[in-house]
Amino acid sequence: MNAPATEREKALMGMGEARLRKEDARFIQGKGNYVDDIKLPGMLHLDIVRAPVAHARIKRIGKEAALQVPGVVAVLTAEDLKPLKLHWMPTLAGDVAAVLADEKVHFQMQEVAVVVAEDRYAAADGVEAVEVEYEELPAVVDPFEALKPDAPVLREDLAGKQEGAHGARYHPNHIFTWEAGDKDAADAAFAGAPVTVKEQLFYPRVHPCPLETCGSVASFDPVRGELTVWITSQAPHVVRTVVSMLSGIPESKVRIVSPDIGGGFGNKVGIYPGYVCAIVASIVLGRPVKWVEDRIENLSSTAFARDYHMTGELAATQDGRVLGLRVNVTADHGAFDACADPSRYPAGMFHICTGSYDIPAAYCRVDGVYTNKAPGGVAYRCSFRVTEAVYVIERMMDVLAQKLGIDKAEIRRRNFIRREQFPYHSALGFEYDSGDYERALQKVLDAVDYPALRAEQAARRADPDCPTLMGIGLVTFTEVVGAGPSKMCDILGVGMFDSCEIRVHPTGSAIARMGTITQGQGHQTTYAQIIATELGIPSDVVQVEEGDTSTAPYGLGTYGSRSTPVAGAAIAMAARKIHAKARKIAAHLLEVGEADLEWEVDRFKVRGDDDKFKTMQDIAWAAYHEPPPGLEPGLEAVHYYDPPNFTFPFGAYLCVVDIDKGTGETHVRRFYALDDCGTRINPMIIEGQIHGGLTEGYAVAMGQLLSFDAQGNIQGNTLMDYFLPTAVETPAWETDHTVTPSPHHPLGAKGVAESPHVGSIPTFTSAVVDAFAHLDVTHMDMPHTAYRVWQQLRRSGLAGPA
Amino acid sequence: MPKKIVAMRVNGRPVEEAVEPRTLLVHFLREQCQLTGTHIGCDTSHCGACTVDVDGQSVKSCTHLAVQCEGSEIRTVEGLAQAGVLHAVQEGFYREHGLQCGFCTPGMLMRAYRFLQDCPDPTEAEVRAGMSGNLCRCTGYQNIVKAVLHAARLLRQAEDATAKAAA
Repeated sequence: MNAPATEREKALMGMGEARLRKEDARFIQGKGNYVDDIKLPGMLHLDIVRAPVAHARIKRIGKEAALQVPGVVAVLTAEDLKPLKLHWMPTLAGDVAAVLADEKVHFQMQEVAVVVAEDRYAAADGVEAVEVEYEELPAVVDPFEALKPDAPVLREDLAGKQEGAHGARYHPNHIFTWEAGDKDAADAAFAGAPVTVKEQLFYPRVHPCPLETCGSVASFDPVRGELTVWITSQAPHVVRTVVSMLSGIPESKVRIVSPDIGGGFGNKVGIYPGYVCAIVASIVLGRPVKWVEDRIENLSSTAFARDYHMTGELAATQDGRVLGLRVNVTADHGAFDACADPSRYPAGMFHICTGSYDIPAAYCRVDGVYTNKAPGGVAYRCSFRVTEAVYVIERMMDVLAQKLGIDKAEIRRRNFIRREQFPYHSALGFEYDSGDYERALQKVLDAVDYPALRAEQAARRADPDCPTLMGIGLVTFTEVVGAGPSKMCDILGVGMFDSCEIRVHPTGSAIARMGTITQGQGHQTTYAQIIATELGIPSDVVQVEEGDTSTAPYGLGTYGSRSTPVAGAAIAMAARKIHAKARKIAAHLLEVGEADLEWEVDRFKVRGDDDKFKTMQDIAWAAYHEPPPGLEPGLEAVHYYDPPNFTFPFGAYLCVVDIDKGTGETHVRRFYALDDCGTRINPMIIEGQIHGGLTEGYAVAMGQLLSFDAQGNIQGNTLMDYFLPTAVETPAWETDHTVTPSPHHPLGAKGVAESPHVGSIPTFTSAVVDAFAHLDVTHMDMPHTAYRVWQQLRRSGLAGPA
Repeated sequence: MPKKIVAMRVNGRPVEEAVEPRTLLVHFLREQCQLTGTHIGCDTSHCGACTVDVDGQSVKSCTHLAVQCEGSEIRTVEGLAQAGVLHAVQEGFYREHGLQCGFCTPGMLMRAYRFLQDCPDPTEAEVRAGMSGNLCRCTGYQNIVKAVLHAARLLRQAEDATAKAAA
C-alpha cells in the first residue's frame, strides 16, 4: 500500500501505457459473441430477393412457389409492409428510402421481397422460388447525365417537390446544393491572382467492407410487448430511437444490443432494409428472426463511400503563397440520400478542405445527385467526407507546386497555419484547436533524409535505362473529428454528445457504461486506462460495457473518430465528479478540511504527511459504509459530454514508390507516417489503428473501385474482384508521432483511427503522380492499379505498344 | 432434403450428426456443433475467416461440405488452448496486438497453427506468403506477422526444452 508513487502509478496501467488488450482473451479463444453467433429458440432466418436490374417497374411478384418450398414460413413484399407504413423509411439525411421496392426498382441488388424460413438454406431456396416480373427502364449511372434536362426521372415519389431536406432542388434528380465560404471573396482572389491552377479529380465509389457483414436478430415478445434486436450497429442508441419511431413501440420497450462487432468503418451506421424486415417479421410471426447479409449483398447494397467528382482550383502568388481556394463537387448519392452525416451537413465536414493551410479566401459547393446505384455515402473511416476534402486540397497543393516548380514540401511550409495562429479560424468556418504542422513535417523530412531521396530520384530520371520510375508522395493533412458540438451537430435532432456512467463498487473495483461501441478499437482496454489515471483504480478491475441500450447511457455511437474526443471526455468528466465526492469522503475520514488534502496517484493524503492518507479503495468502502453526514451514499456518476468544438488531429506522411516501366506495377518502397492525435492513451493501440488505417488507405488508393456499366450492373461485388490487400501486397509501415494536445478536451486527446486512412490515400496518389511529374503529368485518378498506371506509361511514351 | 449421417472428430471429440448433403462444413461447425468461433466473411473462399484444420491441412470451411469430412480429424479455434493453457499462436496474437475486431482472428490462428508446423522457422516474407489466404481489415498485418513470428519462437523454445529434457 505504501509503495512509492511511481510504482503505484505504473501498477495502475493507466494512460500512456501500452496495455495489452482486455478484449483479446475471448477473441483468441473463439468466444466472441457476434450477431451471427446468436441463436434463440425457435429462431427463423430471413433472406432477401434482390433486383437483377438497376431501374425497372415491378409488374408482379409471385410468392406462391416460394411458399411451397419446404421450411419457408413467409414471403413479404412492399405490399405487406404498406399497412404498417413500413414500406418506406426515413434516412438519416432527411430523405426516405424504400424498405422493399415499392412498385419500382432504383438500383441493382435492391431489396424487393424477403423470405422467412426455418433455416438459412430453406430461406435461400425460397428466394430462388420468388417470381418477379420487371419492366426495365433506362438506367442513369452518371451524375452529370442525371442532371441533363431530358434525363429519366429516378425518384417518382418526389415528383413536384421543389424543396428537399437541404433546400431547393433544381432538377428531379437533384438532391441538394450545399455551400460554404465566401464566393465573392474567393472569386476576387482568383481574379487578381498571378497564378491559378485547376484540376478535375474523381474520388471513386468504394466500400468499407468490414470482415463481418451486416446482420441482426430481432426478437419480439408479444406478451410483454418488448422488442430486442441484436444488431451490427455502430450507433445502437440511435437505432433504438429510430426503431421506436418507425414501429410505434415505446422506446422503453425497445432494447438494442450491439454485441461484438467485426469491424465497422462506417458500414454499420445506417439502418438497412434487412434490419427493418427482420424486426417486422419477428413482430408479425411472433418468433425471433435472424438476417445476415452475405458478402455480395454487403458490397452491393449497404453503405458505399465517396463517389465525388471534384474540381479543385487554387489561386496563388508567384512564390507559391495561396490566395484562394475554390472547390466544386458533383456528389453521386445513389438512389436514396442515405448519408449518415450530421443533419445540417449534407456534405459532412467537407469544408475542412482548406486543410493545414492559411488560405484567406475559400468557397466550396457540393451538389448531391440521384443515380441508379445503391444508396450510402457513409463516412468510411473518416469524419463525414473529410477523406474527400483532404484529397482535394493535398492534390491541389501538389499541382500548384508543380506549376510553380517549387518543391512540394516547401510549398506546404510556405502556406502552413503557424503554431501561434491557433485557435485558427478557417475561411470555411472551422475553429482549429491546435497544431504544429511545421514540426511534424520537418521530423518526417529528417527521418527519411528527404534531400537524399530527391537526389536519388533525379539520378534515376537521368538514367534512360532505369527500369523503374521513382515517386515521392508527401501529404500534410488536418482532419476534423469528434462530432460534435450539439449546437452544430445532430442526428435526427439528437445532439451529438456522448456519455459515460461510472460506478465504483464498495470493494474498490468499478464499471463504466458508455454510449459508444467498440468495433476493434479496444475501448474496453483504453477507457479503463482513463479511469485508472483519473481515479487511481487499477485498469484491470475496471469493467467497460457498451452496446446494450438497456444498461448504457444514451450516446451517439462510434464513428467519425468521435469515441475518444467525445466519449473519452465524458469518462474524464464522470470520473472527476467521483473524484470530487471522494475528496469529501477522504476529508471526513481523515478529519481535515478538503483543502488540506492532495491527490497522489490512487489516494488523498494530508498535505505534508505521507502517512496520513486514504486510498480510493478505502474511500469506496466508506462511501457505502459510513458516508459523511449530509452526503448521499454510493460512489457513482454519469456525464453527458457536449464538446465545445471539434478536434483537429493532423499528420505528415511520406511515401516512396517504384513503378515498373514494363508492367505499371507500383511497389511501395517506404511509407513513413507521423501522426499527432494529441494526448496518447495507449500507444500500442494507436499504432495498431494507424497500421490498419494505412492499409485501408492503400487498398482505396491502389485497387478499390465499385464500378457500374451503362445499365447499372455493378461490376465486381465479390472479393474476387474487390481489392482487399493480403499480407503480401500490404507495405511495411513506419510510424512516428508528435504530441500537440487539444486545449479544449479534458484529456487533450484528439482521436486517431481515421487519420491514417484520410492521410494516406492522397499520399499514395501524390507518390504515383510524382513518378510522372517530370513528364508534365499533374494528376492521375485512383485506383492506381498496374493496368491504369501502365496506360499512363503508354500515354507518356514510356511503355511499349500493347 | 434427405439427410446423411456424418461422423468425424472435432477438437478430439467424436461427433455424429445428420446433415443435408449440401451443408457446408462451416455451418455444420457453427450451428450443429455450436462452435461459433469459426466465422464467415465472404462467399468465395477469399477471406479465410472460416479456416479450420482438417486432417493436417488448412481448409476454408465455407467451401467444404460437412459430408466430405466423414472420418476426418478437425480442429477449430476452440480446440487450440489445452487444459486452460493458451497455444503459442494465441499467446503471440495477444502479446503482439495481432487482432482488433477479432473477426478474422480464429481463421488467422488456425492458419498460423498449421503454417508453423509446415514452416517452423519462417522469415517475415514466408509468414506474409503463408498467411496470405487470410484477410484482415483492421490490423494492416504488421502485428499479425509479428504475432506469428512470436509464436514460432515460443514453439521452437518449447521444442528445445522438450529435447533437452529427453537428453
